[in-house]
Amino acid sequence: MTAYDLVIVGAGPAGLAAAGVAARAGLRVAVLDAGARIGGQYFRQLPDGFNAARPGALHHGFSTFVRLREALGGADVLLGHRVWAVEHGPEGGFAVHCLEGREERARTVAAARLLIATGAYDRVLPFPGWDLPGVMTAGAAQALLKGNLVLAGRRVVVAGTGPFLLPVATSLAEAGAKVAGVFEAGGRFGLAPRALARPGKAAEALAYGYRLARRRVPYKGGRAVVAAHGDGELTHVTVAKVDADWRPYRGGYETIECDTLAVGYGFVPQLDLPAQLGCEIAGDADGGPVARVDRRMRTSVEGVYAAGETTGVGGADLAALEGVIAGRAVVADALGAPAAGDPEDPRMEARRRRLAGFARALLRAYPVRDGWMSWLRDDTLICRCEEVPYGRIKEVRDLGAADARSIKLLARPGMGWCQGRICGHAVARLAGEDPAPPRRPIAQPVRLGDLAAMDGRTLDDDT
Amino acid sequence: MPDVVVIGAGMVGAACAYYAAREGLTVTLVDRGSVAGGTTGSGEGNVLVSDKEPGPELDLAMLSCRLWTELASEAREVGGFEYEPKGGLVVAENDEVLRALTELAGHQGGSGVVARPVAADELADHEPHLAPGFAGGILYPQDAQVQPMLAAARLVRRWPGVTLRTGTEVTGILMEGGRVTGVRTATGDIPAGAVVNAGGTWGGEIAALAGVELPILPRRGFILVTEPLTGGPSGGPFVASGPLVRHKVYTAAYVTNVASDSEGLETSAVVEATQAGTVLIGASRERVGFDRTVSLPVLARLARQAVALFPALADVRAIRAYCGFRPYCPDHLPVIGADPRVPGLYHACGHEGAGIGLAPVTGLLVAQLITGAEPELDPEPFSPGRFAGAAAWTA
Ligand SMILES: Cc1cc2nc3c(=O)[nH]c(=O)nc-3n(C[C@H](O)[C@H](O)[C@H](O)COP(=O)(O)OP(=O)(O)OC[C@H]3O[C@@H](n4cnc5c(N)ncnc54)[C@H](O)[C@@H]3O)c2cc1C
Ligand SMILES: Cc1cc2nc3c(=O)[nH]c(=O)nc-3n(C[C@H](O)[C@H](O)[C@H](O)COP(=O)(O)OP(=O)(O)OC[C@H]3O[C@@H](n4cnc5c(N)ncnc54)[C@H](O)[C@@H]3O)c2cc1C
Repeated sequence: MTAYDLVIVGAGPAGLAAAGVAARAGLRVAVLDAGARIGGQYFRQLPDGFNAARPGALHHGFSTFVRLREALGGADVLLGHRVWAVEHGPEGGFAVHCLEGREERARTVAAARLLIATGAYDRVLPFPGWDLPGVMTAGAAQALLKGNLVLAGRRVVVAGTGPFLLPVATSLAEAGAKVAGVFEAGGRFGLAPRALARPGKAAEALAYGYRLARRRVPYKGGRAVVAAHGDGELTHVTVAKVDADWRPYRGGYETIECDTLAVGYGFVPQLDLPAQLGCEIAGDADGGPVARVDRRMRTSVEGVYAAGETTGVGGADLAALEGVIAGRAVVADALGAPAAGDPEDPRMEARRRRLAGFARALLRAYPVRDGWMSWLRDDTLICRCEEVPYGRIKEVRDLGAADARSIKLLARPGMGWCQGRICGHAVARLAGEDPAPPRRPIAQPVRLGDLAAMDGRTLDDDT
Repeated sequence: MPDVVVIGAGMVGAACAYYAAREGLTVTLVDRGSVAGGTTGSGEGNVLVSDKEPGPELDLAMLSCRLWTELASEAREVGGFEYEPKGGLVVAENDEVLRALTELAGHQGGSGVVARPVAADELADHEPHLAPGFAGGILYPQDAQVQPMLAAARLVRRWPGVTLRTGTEVTGILMEGGRVTGVRTATGDIPAGAVVNAGGTWGGEIAALAGVELPILPRRGFILVTEPLTGGPSGGPFVASGPLVRHKVYTAAYVTNVASDSEGLETSAVVEATQAGTVLIGASRERVGFDRTVSLPVLARLARQAVALFPALADVRAIRAYCGFRPYCPDHLPVIGADPRVPGLYHACGHEGAGIGLAPVTGLLVAQLITGAEPELDPEPFSPGRFAGAAAWTA
C-alpha cells in the first residue's frame, strides 16, 4: 500500500483548509471524517435529500465553505471513517486505523504525515434532571437544525455560558421555535471591553442581541438553569439567580415552562489521537488541555500537526486559518520548499495572533465556575453511562479517593460507553483538579474481531 | 505518634495497615497519590492459586485465598468489594499440554489446591461459549476475584486505628543510631516505631531512601475492556443466554508466561467477566520500563487470544484499554519481612502479578513480625535478607 503524503483527520474548517493547500501543491492527501458529509461542526451540511433552496441560509460564512470545498481539488475525501487509533508505522510515518460506515469495516490508511483537526465537543455540567429527554447540549440543538433541519423543540430555553449561546438561540428563534429565554450564568457583557477592541466581533454580538430582541427573547446574565423537571420528559426548568461563583441566591428562583433545554458550557478539544501519539498537551486559558503546537502548527511529535479546535477553542475563522498554516507547513516539510506559500507569513501570523488572543479572552471572560456543584443532589447522576449518582462520588471521596482517577476507579464515572467525554469535566472539578489530557488508547469502540485481525499483520497486507 | 507508618496505599499497604491495626497497633498509611492509585488501580483482581507451581509462593497464595474469604464475609456489611469465588478454568490446546497441566495439578494438590479435571466434552458444561477443539482442562474452584480498588479502600476504613494520609509523598526515612524512627514527608515528619515499605513497583526507590537496595523492576501489562454485556446499567446481547464468560478462563500457556524471565512480550489471554458487566482481557507481560505508550500490537494479540477462547467475543466491542506496571523481582518472589540491614524497616512489596491475591497474607505476616507474634507461615523465602549480599548503599 502506498502511503498518502498527508492524512487529515477531521473535515471541518481546519482540515478542509489544510487539505486544499496541500493538494494544490501536488501532495497526495486524504481527509477522513466520521461524519457523512464534509464541513465539520460549523459548516454542518444538510443531507443531499434536503435539496435546500438556500443552503447558506443557516450559515454565516457559507461562501467560505464553498471556497474551501472547491479548493479541495484532488484530495481524497473518506467520509464515514471513524478513526479509533493512530500509531507510528513500522517504517516511519503513521498508520491510521478507521472503522468505515455502518458496518464498521476495519481499514487502515498509511500516512507520511498526519494532521489532527478533530475539533471539539460540548462541555457538559450535571444538574438535577439533566438526563431527561428534552435536555440537550447547545451544540446538539444547533447540529440538529443545521444538519437535519430539525427544530429541537417548540418552546426552548437556552442556558449555559459563553458566546455560543447567542447564535444557537438566534437560529432556533429564527427557525420558528419560541425561545423562552437565554440564561447566561456569567455576566452578560463579560467581554464588552475586549469586543469593542474588535469591531467585527462586537458588531456580531450586537447583531445577535438585536435579532433576539426583535423576537422578544429575554437574554439574562447571572442566571443558570439549576434543575430540569418533568415526568418522563421535560416540562419545565428552574432558573436561579446566581452569584459570581454560580451559587444560587436564596429566593432567586423562577420556573419556566419548556419542552426543550439547550445547555452549553463551552467546548472541550477532542485530543484522543494526539494523546495516543504522545504529543505534548498544554493548558489553555481556561486550564483545559489542548495540543501544543509551534508557529507552523507542528506538535511535539515529528510529522504530526494539529489545527483548529484541537489547539484551543477559537471558532471557525481561526480554525480555517490554522488549517492553511498547517497545510503550508506540511508542504514545506514534505517538499523541502515552501511551495504553497510561507507558513510563517507575517500577515497570517498577525491575524492568527489576533484571533487566538480574542479566543483566549473569551475563554477568560466566560469561565466555568464551581458553583454548579451546589446544584447537585445526592441522586443527581454524574455519569450517565454507568449511572453513578453524586452521592456515590461523595462516598468514595470519603473512602480515600483523592483525585479524579481514583474516583473513577472506585465509583466508575467515565468507565462506560462515552469514556468520560461527558462527565470528565465534572469529575475532575469534583476532585478539585483541572481536567487532564485524555488517555484513550481506543478512541472509538472497536470489535474484538477487528482488533484480533490486526495481530501480526503489517500495513502492506491492507487495502 | 503512630506505632507504624505504612508507605503506599495500594492493595498491599492497605492489607498491612488492616492487619497491624487488627493487632492493636496504631497505623498511619501514607500515599503520595490516592488510595489504590498505583498498580492496584491498573491491574485486575484475580486471586489465583491455579497459576502457581508448588513452592513458597503457592503456600502464600493458599493462606491468602482463605484470608480473602474471611475479609469478604466481614466486608459484606460495609458494601463489600465484589468478591466472587467463581473458580478458574484452565484449558489445554492439545493432549500434550493437557498432560503437563494434569501433572501440575497433581503436584499442586500436595499444597492443598483443589483441581478437578474436565474432559473435552465436559468443557461446555462449565463454559457454554468456549470454542470447540480444546483437549480438556482443569477446574480450580478456589480461584476467586475481587475489585481491588474497592477492596483496598474498604480495608483501610475497617479499623479506627488506621489514619489515611493521601497526597503525602515520603521523601526520606528518618534514622537514629542506625534504626528507623519514622518518615519524612513533604508536609512534615511522621515519627513511628516501625516503617513498612509497601511502595509496590516503587518499593526499590523507597528502600533506597533508607540506603538499601531492593531489585524491583516494572513489568508492563495491558488489559482490554469490553462494552458491558450483562448486568451493568445498559444490559447487553448476552443477558438471555446467561453470562458469556463464567469463570476466569485461560490457556495453559499462561502458567509458563507468569514464570518466565524473558524481557520480550508475552501474552496469554485471561478472560473474565466483572460485576459491572464488562469482560476483562488480560494480560500481557513485557519489560519495557515505565513506558505508557499504547502498543496496538499487544492489544491485537490479546484480542486474538480472547476470540480464540470465546469466538462470540469477535462481535463484542473493546471500549478501552489500560496498562500497569507489575512490581517484579528477579526471583519472582515478593519481598516480605524485616530488613536485616536497617532495623525498624519492613518490606511488603515486589508481588509482581499476584499482589492482589497475596495482599492479605502479606499484611498478616508483616503485622505478626512487627508485634513479635509467631508468623502463621515461614516468611524466610521472602526475606529481604536474600538481597543482603548486594552492597548496602552508604547513606
Ligand atoms: C456541536 C457543535 C456545534 C457548533 N456550532 C457552531 C455554530 O453554529 N456557530 C459557530 O460559530 N460555531 C459553532 N461551533 C464551533 C465551531 O464548530 C468550531 O469553531 C469550528 O467548527 C472548528 O473547526 P475545526 O475544523 O477545528 O473542527 P470541527 O468543525 O469540529 O471538525 C472536526 C471534524 O473532525 C471529525 N472527527 C473528530 N474525531 C474524529 C475521529 N476520531 N475520526 C474521524 N473524524 C473525527 C468530526 O466528525 C468533525 O467533522 C460548534 C461546535 C460544536 C462542537
Ligand atoms: C495488567 C496487570 C494485571 C494484573 N492482574 C493481577 C491479578 O489479576 N491478580 C493479582 O493478584 N495481581 C495482579 N496484578 C498485580 C497487582 O496489581 C500488583 O501486584 C499489586 O497491585 C501491587 O500492589 P501494591 O500495593 O504493592 O502496589 P501499588 O498499588 O502500586 O501501591 C504502591 C503505592 O505506593 C505509593 N508510593 C510509591 N512511592 C511513594 C512515596 N515515596 N511516598 C508515598 N507513596 C508512595 C504509590 O503512590 C502507590 O499508590 C496485575 C498487574 C497488572 C499491571
